[in-house]
Amino acid sequence: MRTAVIAGVADHPLRDGKLAPDGSVLAAQARVAAAALADAGIEWSDVDGLLSTGMWGVPGVGQLPTVTLSEYLGLQPRFTDSTNIGGSSFESHLASAVRAIERGDCDVALITYGSTQRSDRSRNLGGRAPVLTMQHETPYGLPTPVGGYALAAMRHMHEYGTTSEQLAEIAVATRAWAALNPAATRRELITVDDVLASPMISDPLHLLDSCLVTDGAGAVVVTSEEHARASGVTPVHVRGYGESQSHWTIAAMPDLTVPPSAASGRRALEMAGITVDDIDVVELYDSFTITVLLTLEALGFCGPGEGGDFVSGQRTAPGREFPMNTNGGGLSYAHPGMYGIFLLVEAVRQLRGECGPRQVAGARTALVNGTGGTLSSASTCVLSVA
Amino acid sequence: MNASPAERPLPVVDADSARFWAALRDRKLTVQRCGTCGRHVFYPRALCPNCHAELVDWVECSGRGTVYSYTVARRPAGPAFAADAPYVVALVDLDEGVRMLTNVVSTPLENVRIGARVVVRFTDVAEGITLPLFELAPDPLPTDSSAREGTA
Ligand SMILES: [Zn+2]
Repeated sequence: MRTAVIAGVADHPLRDGKLAPDGSVLAAQARVAAAALADAGIEWSDVDGLLSTGMWGVPGVGQLPTVTLSEYLGLQPRFTDSTNIGGSSFESHLASAVRAIERGDCDVALITYGSTQRSDRSRNLGGRAPVLTMQHETPYGLPTPVGGYALAAMRHMHEYGTTSEQLAEIAVATRAWAALNPAATRRELITVDDVLASPMISDPLHLLDSCLVTDGAGAVVVTSEEHARASGVTPVHVRGYGESQSHWTIAAMPDLTVPPSAASGRRALEMAGITVDDIDVVELYDSFTITVLLTLEALGFCGPGEGGDFVSGQRTAPGREFPMNTNGGGLSYAHPGMYGIFLLVEAVRQLRGECGPRQVAGARTALVNGTGGTLSSASTCVLSVA
Repeated sequence: MNASPAERPLPVVDADSARFWAALRDRKLTVQRCGTCGRHVFYPRALCPNCHAELVDWVECSGRGTVYSYTVARRPAGPAFAADAPYVVALVDLDEGVRMLTNVVSTPLENVRIGARVVVRFTDVAEGITLPLFELAPDPLPTDSSAREGTA
């Protein structure tokens, strides 16, 4: 069986959180697809797989995103996947693309995401009548998505004594990484006090505990190792992957302190045949600071309830013991609704040693963890350079 | 909760939930109970999520529960809730063993705590729609659940 690798990545330039230059959500994906293919040294004519999902055009045209996008891009793919499990979808798309290439279902798979939510001012998904399972939650006015994460944070504080200061450490360290990334939206350094002084949105989460609301687009090209080497690029291997989901409505989450990354991470690490001690750099979905803290515990980087201590003293900041969210994350780089593809883009760049002032020295193995919904789904990938 | 009935997002009642919402109109909080494994189930559905037996039986709840977690929404979930902000949204574990998202109505808001005992407060929000909101129990009684929750 042949080996599938990541051969190219790209993200769309932003200015003040908006696409620069501006364009439709389809144009944004076309541009990043072209850039990722150029990065991979692969021609459009070789693309025979397309994986994409998004919130654009829903309801309507966006309900069949790969069908719409294939037409726009002038592709007739023989393999497609439009799985939507929230912001973690793209880690699952990577796993799906790897399997498809290994099996010979396609030779070059393009994964894309795009959003113009900031330009459109369309972040709020409210206004829809609460049907099916949401009829039991929407009428109570839980702000989405922050409210569900706030419930988890409050419970974690109750069980383990985690503090707002500890959560703020994550936002502060992530901003320090963003300061090293010219592509990041928010680069001015902040302090723990700044986070605590920012407006409370949904107790105990402040504005600066929350991700940005930006446009954005990203793309990843997956192909066979043979094809990547023939194109002259450094292949990034996908050593392991795992997926899990535990609930949709927040009332159905079995334990608000344990996200499904506990299961997805275990599967990914087992498949890779390594432990967390072997990871050089981690890229964790950071919709909110609490998302990161819960994920660190669930993946086993620290024990249950130890996340607050783990991130204290700026341990995850540039130059410190635990390099994490090195592009500035959803908290400070960009967060266009579904963030997961940017975790992959940054991990690949770190492993290829392309990150300039924010480069993690000697990064050979990366762990990427996407989170979707309200801690509902998780998808973990372990990536490495040979 | 003072949201205008015309604005507030109202549950779209369906075949699974019709009996639940009808009972609320009669000031009864009911949930399904699995005849095979004995587990109480919320929200209403066709199959038991534990053992996958068909669900047919309904039981009336005591209306008492314990706050599992809560948040204070400082920014409302859309214009319909703007007049209410800040307000408490909570996960309440009913004594029957099911967890619901709801509002705990309290003045002041700061009295709401994880582990607090609460009782249902039937609240008409629109013609034919009664929500099972909760309020702090006037005389909190220790139970197994509250004893476990009350340690922090
Ligand atoms: Zn059952």
